[in-house]
Amino acid sequence: MLKIATFKGGVHPPDSKEITRDRKVEPLTPPAKVVLPLQQHIGAPLEPVVAPGDLVKVGTLIAKPTGFVSVPLHATVSGKVKSVGEEMHPAGVRMQSVVIESDGQDAWEEFIAPAGDWSALTAEELKKRIQEAGIVGLGGAAFPTHVKLSPPAGKKIDTFILNCAECEPYLTADYRQTLERTGELVTGMQMIARILGCERVLVAVETNKPEAIQALDQAVGDLAGFEVAPVETKYPQGGEKQLIQALTDREVPTGGLPMDVGCLVQNVSTALSVFDAVTRGRPLLDKVVTLTGQGLKNPGNYLVRVGMLVQDLLAAVEGGIDEEIGKVVMGGPMMGIALPGLDVPVLKGTNGLVIFRNPVAVAPHHPCIRCGKCVDSCPVRLMPCELALFAENERWEKCREYFAKDCIECGSCSYTCPAGRNLVQLIRYGKFTVMNQGRLQKK
Amino acid sequence: MSPTLNVSSSPHIYSSESIPKIMIGVVLSLVPATLGAVYFFGLNAVVLIVMAVASAVGTEALCQKLRGAPLKIDDFSAVVTGILLAFNLPSNAPWWMAIVGSAFAIAVAKEVFGGIGFNIWNPALAGRAFLLASWPTSMISSADFPAPRDGSLSGLKLDALTQATPLQFIKNVIGPLLKEPGEAGAAKLEAAHQALAQMSTASYYGSLFWGQVGGVIGETSAALLILGGVFLLVKGYIDWRVPVGFIGTVALLAWIFGGPQGYFTGNVLFHVLSGGLLLGAIFMATDMVTSPVTRKGKWVFAVGCGAITVLIRIKGGYPEGVSYAILLMNTATPLIDAYTKPKVYGGK
Repeated sequence: MLKIATFKGGVHPPDSKEITRDRKVEPLTPPAKVVLPLQQHIGAPLEPVVAPGDLVKVGTLIAKPTGFVSVPLHATVSGKVKSVGEEMHPAGVRMQSVVIESDGQDAWEEFIAPAGDWSALTAEELKKRIQEAGIVGLGGAAFPTHVKLSPPAGKKIDTFILNCAECEPYLTADYRQTLERTGELVTGMQMIARILGCERVLVAVETNKPEAIQALDQAVGDLAGFEVAPVETKYPQGGEKQLIQALTDREVPTGGLPMDVGCLVQNVSTALSVFDAVTRGRPLLDKVVTLTGQGLKNPGNYLVRVGMLVQDLLAAVEGGIDEEIGKVVMGGPMMGIALPGLDVPVLKGTNGLVIFRNPVAVAPHHPCIRCGKCVDSCPVRLMPCELALFAENERWEKCREYFAKDCIECGSCSYTCPAGRNLVQLIRYGKFTVMNQGRLQKK
Repeated sequence: MSPTLNVSSSPHIYSSESIPKIMIGVVLSLVPATLGAVYFFGLNAVVLIVMAVASAVGTEALCQKLRGAPLKIDDFSAVVTGILLAFNLPSNAPWWMAIVGSAFAIAVAKEVFGGIGFNIWNPALAGRAFLLASWPTSMISSADFPAPRDGSLSGLKLDALTQATPLQFIKNVIGPLLKEPGEAGAAKLEAAHQALAQMSTASYYGSLFWGQVGGVIGETSAALLILGGVFLLVKGYIDWRVPVGFIGTVALLAWIFGGPQGYFTGNVLFHVLSGGLLLGAIFMATDMVTSPVTRKGKWVFAVGCGAITVLIRIKGGYPEGVSYAILLMNTATPLIDAYTKPKVYGGK
């Protein structure tokens, strides 16, 4: 095991994981209805291959990719396609989605397992299975995994890092899966390492998960090239750029990708989905979602079918929606999105639902007192106070000069600001404008 | 049916830090020195502090009303300014000086710029500079400082001025004597050397450390100021780089240039413990609004403060240079921030 590594900056919010860390993953009964948006990841939107009235089983292909940076979408309940049209998306916009009504049978497609051992498959064959299974990065960014695992020639990956940091407060989905499926996780890592032709595998775990570190240590054993790497419990330790810096002392160049410094990071759930896809041909159909927050009756880690509506999830687990719910965040409390309504589906990239009760905490807004805490905490070494002021005053050239584009929107600055300024929101505004200016100019 | 949901930007949790919390922390850190001021200088110190604080808060409210801005006097920043302004007054200053000084500090050095967060200069120091320029005799006349409690320096046969602050004594009494010994006469020269020797003894350093010397009401006790400073450091309300850089630079430069007998003979302890250095380095230079936000910038700022302080003390017209050093470096702060941007992650 390596000694404890970390990066410069970051904040220490209370981890709040005691609410769900000891709850075993529990599968939920498939819902009566699922809503599957046709755009759940970066890349081209999908083309539906079903029409209203079609009968589907769990795992039936319902939408196919239209480009290389895209993965197919599968039905997550068996039943009848109700509609293909605009439905509410968690981001607050209406998006083309396939709605399926369940027949209550939970009938599954026959998946095709490989003929022999997975180690007989080539890297190309492995990637094909991953693409066909519709796997995207499940740490939150939802980038098509087969693309990520296909760096262009010349970008050799020498270090593959498995991200079991789970630095967001409240979330324990990755932690539970690490404890409950350790062996399969290690095999998933081996598969990814094989695809990349990479010999060094680091399993990054934050120090607040000693049981996971122990389990992984045992499972990894003497596997050549594998090392369990404990990292300091700090937010955002799980950011891929921060992990790479902490574990390898290399920095991903601005505007670049981890492959530019020979590294690649994947999330625990992604690795497990790879395992399922390769050994059993099983597509990505469900997610372990941590349902948590104060005052819940049954907080825990639930295996949820992708497409299940949040309101149905709460009804199934909590017995209904409490009038005291003030805010529902999809994701973790630092980077998740506040849902505008509960009639939105769980997506492939969802890993948590954090319920905040009334009264919802609101940061008081004072002017910046130039304390510099944001500068000290920024894991990308930006000056959030300046960026926010520039964005507020629409000085886009200054935003560009101060590297607004590099902001990872982790929320450390807003978290720590004593003046309660909405730094992330302002920087996002500046970042968005700067990035789109370039696009507009090209035309 | 969905309940009414709050939809705001991430992050959705916040640390418990807030501006009032920080300001109240600063006020608490000033309590030891405040008690010391009352102990050493008596009742008028209380009057000055109360007047200064009342005037600061009242002026802030009035200015906000005139500006049409919402009333916001509950963040305790004006209280801090009031206390620090009072600390810069001699103990027998008239009560109206506390009021006028605070009013200037808040109205001209803070509210005119837009209130908290927007001012360029430290309001308390700007107030002090204003008072010094307007009523110099009331502010620095040495006859107005009460005698040091331990009676040090009083046995020497020197004209008056045994009641001066240590730095005034060095600059206005000892300095001229050493420069033109011929005019002064042998006895006086001898007395000057004796005084210097006495100011290098452990007992004198003790007086400087505990606060039994002349000075403005907040600056005399190193011990009480350092106590407050440690509290601020532990709480994370001040950045250690500024006081360490400031005091360290003064120590180094005073050692090299401050000795009357040539280079590298300066009395470091004397320079560090006397005058307004500790008050300035711990409580004024560390004011967040008027100092840089970057780490490197704070070092530049601190070293600049230290260098200018020593320059004024040794070569300038005033015996003490801390206030002007800080005000000058406040002026340079936006420039310092622009030139000490941290290297972005992954940058060249």
